[in-house]
Amino acid sequence: MTNPSATQADAMITLTHVEKWYGAFKALHDVTMSVHQGEKIVLCGPSGSGKSTLIRCINSLEPHQKGEIRVDGIVLGPNAKAIDAIRREVGMVFQQFNLFPHLTVLENCMLAPMRALGLAKSEAESRARALLERVKIAEQAAKYPAQLSGGQQQRVAIARALCMQPKVMLFDEPTSALDPEMVKEVLDTMIGLAEDGMTMICVTHEMGFARQVADRVIFMADGAIVEQAPPAEFFSNPAHERTRKFLGEILNH
Amino acid sequence: MDYQLDFTPVIDGLPDLLLGCLGTFLLAICGMLLAIVIGIGGVILRTSPYKAARWAMIGFVEVIRNTPFLVQIFFLYFALPLAGLRLDPTPTAIIALGINGGAYAIEIIRGGVQSISKGQMEAGLALGLHKAQVFRFIILKPALRAIFPSLTSQFVLLTLTSSVASAISAYELTAVSQRIESDSFRSFEVYFTVTAFYLVISWLMMRLFAFFSARYFAYPVK
Ligand SMILES: Nc1ncnc2c1ncn2[C@@H]1O[C@H](COP(=O)(O)OP(=O)(O)O)[C@@H](O)[C@H]1O
Ligand SMILES: [Mg+2]
Repeated sequence: MTNPSATQADAMITLTHVEKWYGAFKALHDVTMSVHQGEKIVLCGPSGSGKSTLIRCINSLEPHQKGEIRVDGIVLGPNAKAIDAIRREVGMVFQQFNLFPHLTVLENCMLAPMRALGLAKSEAESRARALLERVKIAEQAAKYPAQLSGGQQQRVAIARALCMQPKVMLFDEPTSALDPEMVKEVLDTMIGLAEDGMTMICVTHEMGFARQVADRVIFMADGAIVEQAPPAEFFSNPAHERTRKFLGEILNH
Repeated sequence: MDYQLDFTPVIDGLPDLLLGCLGTFLLAICGMLLAIVIGIGGVILRTSPYKAARWAMIGFVEVIRNTPFLVQIFFLYFALPLAGLRLDPTPTAIIALGINGGAYAIEIIRGGVQSISKGQMEAGLALGLHKAQVFRFIILKPALRAIFPSLTSQFVLLTLTSSVASAISAYELTAVSQRIESDSFRSFEVYFTVTAFYLVISWLMMRLFAFFSARYFAYPVK
């Protein structure tokens, strides 16, 4: 099932020797990885290790300075067309939800399909309603984000991203800002998405989710990939001291 | 104090004064609309990636905020004809008010835009929207909502500043009252009445803004 050294041909995302600086600070060191279609990756590591930076480079929210990032055959460069094309194929869910407060749940989901894809209003609406149904929140369509709980907001954010019909979904600590009782509803939504075959990269410390869903767990520290393995192996037999220390901290609290 | 109050010239001039109020309203509303357009356009330039555009806006704001409005309106009144544009006093006054209010609006609206979290812009970009679309559909409304009270006071000020347009004899309340005063020499009665009218106009402006705000910014926030 898992093949960490996937060839370019069947890969949905490939990063080759990617380096990224914030000014003089080097945030990514020679990152090479690939994710094939339908694969679920859990990305973990201590705070500040570059997880967010890595996935934000994939949809060009942050520019990288060296190496190559390729999504579904499109090479991400300074060329605006490639950035547009990639962002249309890659959905992203943020820790802080980032719903648009002045738009209803339904309008949040309709905005990008209408403005970025040029869908007619009716089509955008039926698509949005179907996806709100899928994240089990259809009855809240007319509400504003501030009227929803955190878990509901995050499910709307997932539906909003899905409305662009992306081929890949990136999650940046989607449950970290939630009250504990709301974590499950969001994880369940993500599990459903995984079961439907979505290609996913999830930055999360929910190790139960990793065990259940991930094809591969990637561990990062100090801007570099330290090790990657299928979850069973990753948890039972981590190769590096750094990983063992991290797992010790995260599983014991 | 044996001054005899005589409001007769004011009462006789009431139709003119009321028309003057309308003139003031017209100047204020048109000036504000222009100021909003300049304010929003100016913020786009002020925050654009082009250095020349940013510096042009910084220069514009500095010039307008550090010179008297009376001088600005005279400048425009005498400069526009030199540039081949002959306008009546009232349109000239509207343009002057729009430019003046616009410069202040740029700074106010820019503050509003900066108050919106970076995550909003990122979410929009990640959804495949372009920067201009993100500004138009995602940032603008919450930004305006955040600074609407400041914008309201700035525009009430602009309404009162419109009295300066009497200097180029634009049609508005102060110009009308000056005429009645110089015909009747009833200075106290005339300016007492005009003061009351300006108070009412300011109050109406604030009501108008409150009404607009309640309509347009009705979404709940936490
Ligand atoms: N915009 C930025 N400017 C400068 N440094 C940044 C910026 N964003 C992140 N960093 C730094 O890059 C490193 C990696 O950050 P990040 O990718 O957010 O880590 P993680 O998501 O794993 O916690 C950290 O040291 C952080 O301080
Ligand atoms: Mg992070």
